[in-house]
Amino acid sequence: MSEKVLMKGNEAIGEAAIRSGCRHFFGYPITPQTELSAYMAKKMPKIGGVFLQAESEVAAINMVYGAAGAGARVMTSSSSPGISLKAEGISYIAGADLPCVIVDIVRGGPGLGGIQPAQSDYFQATKGGGHGDYHLIVFAPNSVQEIVSLTADAFNKADEYRVPVMILGDGTLGQMMEPVDFDSVPEAINTDKDWATVGTGLKREHNIINSLYLSPEELEKTIIERQNRYNIIMENEQRYEAHDIEDADIIVTAYGTTSRVVESAVKTVRAEGLKVGVIRPITLWPFPTKIFKEAAKTAKAFLSVEMSMGQMVEDVKLAVEGQAPVHFFGRTGGVIPTPQEVADEIRKIAGGLK
Amino acid sequence: MTDNIIIAGFGGQGILFAGKILAYTALVKGKQLSWLPSYGPEMRGGTANCHVIISDEPVASPIITEPNILISMNKPSLEKFENTVVSGGTIIYDKSLIDREVERDDVKVAAVEATGIATAEAKANMANMIMLGALIKATNVFTLDEIRAGVEKAVPPTKKDLVDYNMKLIERGYNL
Repeated sequence: MSEKVLMKGNEAIGEAAIRSGCRHFFGYPITPQTELSAYMAKKMPKIGGVFLQAESEVAAINMVYGAAGAGARVMTSSSSPGISLKAEGISYIAGADLPCVIVDIVRGGPGLGGIQPAQSDYFQATKGGGHGDYHLIVFAPNSVQEIVSLTADAFNKADEYRVPVMILGDGTLGQMMEPVDFDSVPEAINTDKDWATVGTGLKREHNIINSLYLSPEELEKTIIERQNRYNIIMENEQRYEAHDIEDADIIVTAYGTTSRVVESAVKTVRAEGLKVGVIRPITLWPFPTKIFKEAAKTAKAFLSVEMSMGQMVEDVKLAVEGQAPVHFFGRTGGVIPTPQEVADEIRKIAGGLK
Repeated sequence: MTDNIIIAGFGGQGILFAGKILAYTALVKGKQLSWLPSYGPEMRGGTANCHVIISDEPVASPIITEPNILISMNKPSLEKFENTVVSGGTIIYDKSLIDREVERDDVKVAAVEATGIATAEAKANMANMIMLGALIKATNVFTLDEIRAGVEKAVPPTKKDLVDYNMKLIERGYNL
C-alpha cells in the first residue's frame, strides 16, 4: 500500500480525475471549489492535458459539450451559482447523450447567497436544474477518500450509460484535508465510443451530436430510449451505506458532510440507549429507495438531516411510502447543524414514540 | 482517544500552517485525522481558524463545537472560543497580544509570550511555532520528536532548510 497523503477534497477530485484518464478540464473559478481548478491548472500542462479557464461558466460547459462529443473524458467544476449558469449546457449534454463529469461544491443560496457549505442544491442536482426530461447520476461523497473512488466511478458510469454524472459536495468537503491514498481507485473502463465525432476517415457515415429534434415523434423516441436507460440505472446503481437499521426505532438519514455530523449525534444517543440506525445515500440520483422501503417495514420513524430547508426529505417520503412518519431537521445558508442539535432532534422524536 | 483542537487568530499568523503541522504529525503517527480551515473573505489581519481532529477512531464530524484544546492567538478568538472548551480542557494563548486572562477556572491555562519571543528571536510571524511548542508542553498530544516528523512533511521540499528553523522555535516554546 502506498503512503497516505493529506489532500483537500477539491484537490483529491482533481487527482482522481487525472488518474481516471481525464485530460480535459474547463472551468471558471468560484469559492469554495477553486482549489480544484487550481490543481488542474498546475497538473494538466505537465501530462499533456488541457486546462482552460473559460470566460464564463456558460462557455466552460459548452467546451465540455464539445470535448465530450469528441469522446474525451472531460470534467468541469463550479459551485451553486455557477451550476445555475451551466444548467442550459448540462441539459444539452444530457439531450445529446454525452458522458462527462460535473463537480458541484455547493454553497449557500439562493442568488449569490454566501460561500459557506450548504446542501440547498439537492433539487437542482437531482430533479433537473436545466430543462427537459433528463437526469444526472449524482454521487455524494462524505470523505476525501470516498471522493477519490467516486470520481473514478463517475467517469466510468458516465461512459457506461452515456449520461452526465455530477459529484455533489459542499464547501466543507472541498476545503477539508484528510489522509488519502490512491491504491483503490477503480480502473477506468474502456467503452467503444463509436458515436464520437472524431473524423470519418472517409470510411463511415458522419456521426452527429445533437439535441434538436423538430419532429415530436422523433424527439419522444429519443426521450423514451433515454428513459429506458434511466430505468436500468435506477435498478442497478442505487448506492448507500447503512448501519444498525435492523432493530432501529428511528432511522436518521443524511448525505455528504451532514452525514458525519449525524454519525457524531447517533453515537451519543445510542450510548443513551436509543435504538437509532443510519442510512447514508451515496447516490442521490438514483435515490436508494430500496433500502428505505425495506427499513420502513420495521422502523417507527425517519429523520432527514440536511443543510437545506428540506429537499432530500421529499425523496425519503416517496421511498418510505407512508409506512412511517418522516421528520426533517435542517440548518441552511451556510450554517452547519451541530451534533448536539441533531441529537436533541432525535431525542424529541424518540420521546414522541413512547 | 480523540483530541479536538481549534487554532484561532488573525490571518497571517500561520494559523492554518500550525494546524497542518499537527495534521501531518498525526498522519505520520498513523492516527485518524481531519483538518478543516475557516475559509471565506480571509485576509491578513482578518480572523482565521482551523479545526484539527486527531483520533484513534475514524473522525465523524470534522467540525468542532467543543474543543478540548484551544490555541488562541488574538483577543477576538479567545472571546469567541473560550466558553466552548470542554471542562478539563486546555487553553493556550498568546500573552503578547491578549491583554486579559482566561476567565474559566475549570480548564488548564498556558499563557505564552509567543509573539514577543518570536519577534525578538526570529520574526513575529513565527509565533505560531512557539505556540506549538507550548502545546506539546501543556498536553500530551505529541512528543517533540513526533512533531519534527510532522514539520518535515508540512514544509515544502524546496524549503527543507526551514525545518530546523521551525523546530528551533517549537523547542523554544516547549522550554519556556
